[in-house]
Amino acid sequence: MSAPPAIVATNVSRTYELDGVSVPALRGVSLTVAAGDYLAIVGASGSGKSTLMHLLGGLDRPTGGTLVIGGRDVATLSPPEMARLRNETIGFVFQSFHLLTRTTARDNVALPLVYRGIGRRERRARAGAMLERVGLGHRMDHRPNQMSGGEQQRVAIARALVTGPSVLLADEPTGNLDTTTGQSVLALLESLNAEGVAVVLVTHDREVAERAHRQIVMRDGLIVDAAPVAATGPGEPA
Amino acid sequence: MRVAEAWRVALDALRANRLRSVLTMLGVVIGVAAVVALVAIGTGTKQQIEQQVEGLGSNLLIVVPGRLEAGSAPSVSTLSLDDVDAVSRIVGDRSRVAVTVASGESVRAGSRSSFASIQGVLETTPTVFVRRLDRGSYLTRSDVNTARRVAVLGAGVAAQLFGDRDPIGRQITIGGVRFRVIGTFEALGQSLGVDRDNEVHIPVTAAQRLLGTERIDALAIRAPDRERIDTLGDDIVAALGKRHPESDFSAVTQEQILGVLGDILGVLTGVLAAIAGISLLVGGVGVSNIMLVSVRERTREIGLRKAVGARPRDIGVQFLLEAVLLTTIGGVIGMALGISAALLVDRLSPVPAAITWWSLALAFGVSALVGIVFGVVPAQRAGRLDPVVALRTE
Repeated sequence: MSAPPAIVATNVSRTYELDGVSVPALRGVSLTVAAGDYLAIVGASGSGKSTLMHLLGGLDRPTGGTLVIGGRDVATLSPPEMARLRNETIGFVFQSFHLLTRTTARDNVALPLVYRGIGRRERRARAGAMLERVGLGHRMDHRPNQMSGGEQQRVAIARALVTGPSVLLADEPTGNLDTTTGQSVLALLESLNAEGVAVVLVTHDREVAERAHRQIVMRDGLIVDAAPVAATGPGEPA
Repeated sequence: MRVAEAWRVALDALRANRLRSVLTMLGVVIGVAAVVALVAIGTGTKQQIEQQVEGLGSNLLIVVPGRLEAGSAPSVSTLSLDDVDAVSRIVGDRSRVAVTVASGESVRAGSRSSFASIQGVLETTPTVFVRRLDRGSYLTRSDVNTARRVAVLGAGVAAQLFGDRDPIGRQITIGGVRFRVIGTFEALGQSLGVDRDNEVHIPVTAAQRLLGTERIDALAIRAPDRERIDTLGDDIVAALGKRHPESDFSAVTQEQILGVLGDILGVLTGVLAAIAGISLLVGGVGVSNIMLVSVRERTREIGLRKAVGARPRDIGVQFLLEAVLLTTIGGVIGMALGISAALLVDRLSPVPAAITWWSLALAFGVSALVGIVFGVVPAQRAGRLDPVVALRTE
């Protein structure tokens, strides 16, 4: 792989202050997301995997270590610069979709382009193309409450992709979907990965995680195991 | 984020909560309507009074006994008809000098009676003041010299005593003394709360005999030219002071009366507008309150917008625009309501109202300002929300 890595975290820690008590959520994590990577972060709730995802996505800043996203050290960035970095480099997919309820699929997908200062006509054209891409060309003007969970998640994926990010961060993307729908959403993510977008899945579902090219297992704010999927040992209970 | 897009988002948000938006606007609507209506009424009243004072005629100089100062005691007039001759010599033209001695008396014609303001005057009154006759003729110099018992009736008195009949040549009694009607005035209406159609003019000499007095209450002079009006006033006051060393006299011009009245009404209008402005302020607090609720309700939306690249400023602007939109729409509705209220008052009551463009511009500007002032805190709060926390909110 000749392209520079999308995200490099070096000994990153994140400590929350709760009523004067320091609560460490991440205690020194080093991780590289290469361009075109397909990575799963697994762990029980409270293991720090969500905190790690927020950091990787530039929604939060580490309290220790260095974090470089898209070649830029987040410690040097102001909040508006962080917003721009998220807009240009990262696409988010959430468990609960996070679509604007009163807004059509097309305008939901176009939302990130609003903050890039792109005109309405071009926004709608790009959003339409992206909806076609995720197989929802016939649902452009539907609102989220008129769509199934799987369709809503596809809209969310289209929204994550519309800015052409180098990394797609998916937090339990199949968590609210039935197995079949979940499979097709994963298949979509994988086809995007095949086209060169790095995909980071955060999940507690081993079966989902095993589809990734490599897994990172977290416990108590630390990476306890990092290995290609093939090496995690077959026959381990799911 | 482009401004047009921000407007669209703000408008969408208001539409999504239609009833709440309308109720929030209501505070601003009422405030702006009250300001616009009260300022219109204040302005209308001021204009009407100014017109009436101007209607008295230009270059008017009024001489009264006593000092025109706040707190000075009202003084009994020591002026007599001899003083009028002295003043006429200073002015150089007797026809420019008018006098009045006034008293309220019961006026009767047959079985009908009316309580009227009896004004003892010279024949010069219609030229000094602007007073037009409806019928008949006015008093003559010989009427005044011989204290002839003739009267000119105000329109209201004439209507009360004679109804539709022609009063000219008929007899009336004033305070039990018989007078003959020789003319009637055109209707004038109210002026400064005084019904000017309730006057009856009789020769000043006859009035003094009727009232058993030598005094006159006041002098009015129509100055030959505007430039000399102040020196003329000073000359007259000095001459009268020499004739009556024990008394003070004052001369006021029409401009001075207008100035004083204008000041009083201006202050009054300002106070009314300020009181109405308080309700606008309360409306602003309501907007602030609802915007804070809105920020809390839409925390997830804010989190998502930030995740996909909204800067703190973009979010702040979105909520600020929403607040400004609430208050400016409320302001426009309030203006329409205030204008309608003012027009209704003007048409249906004796209180006049005049709508001025500056009061509308001010109302609109203030309502937008209220939106900005009361929208800033909620907008800042929204802009500063931590996206991680916002996304987790359920």
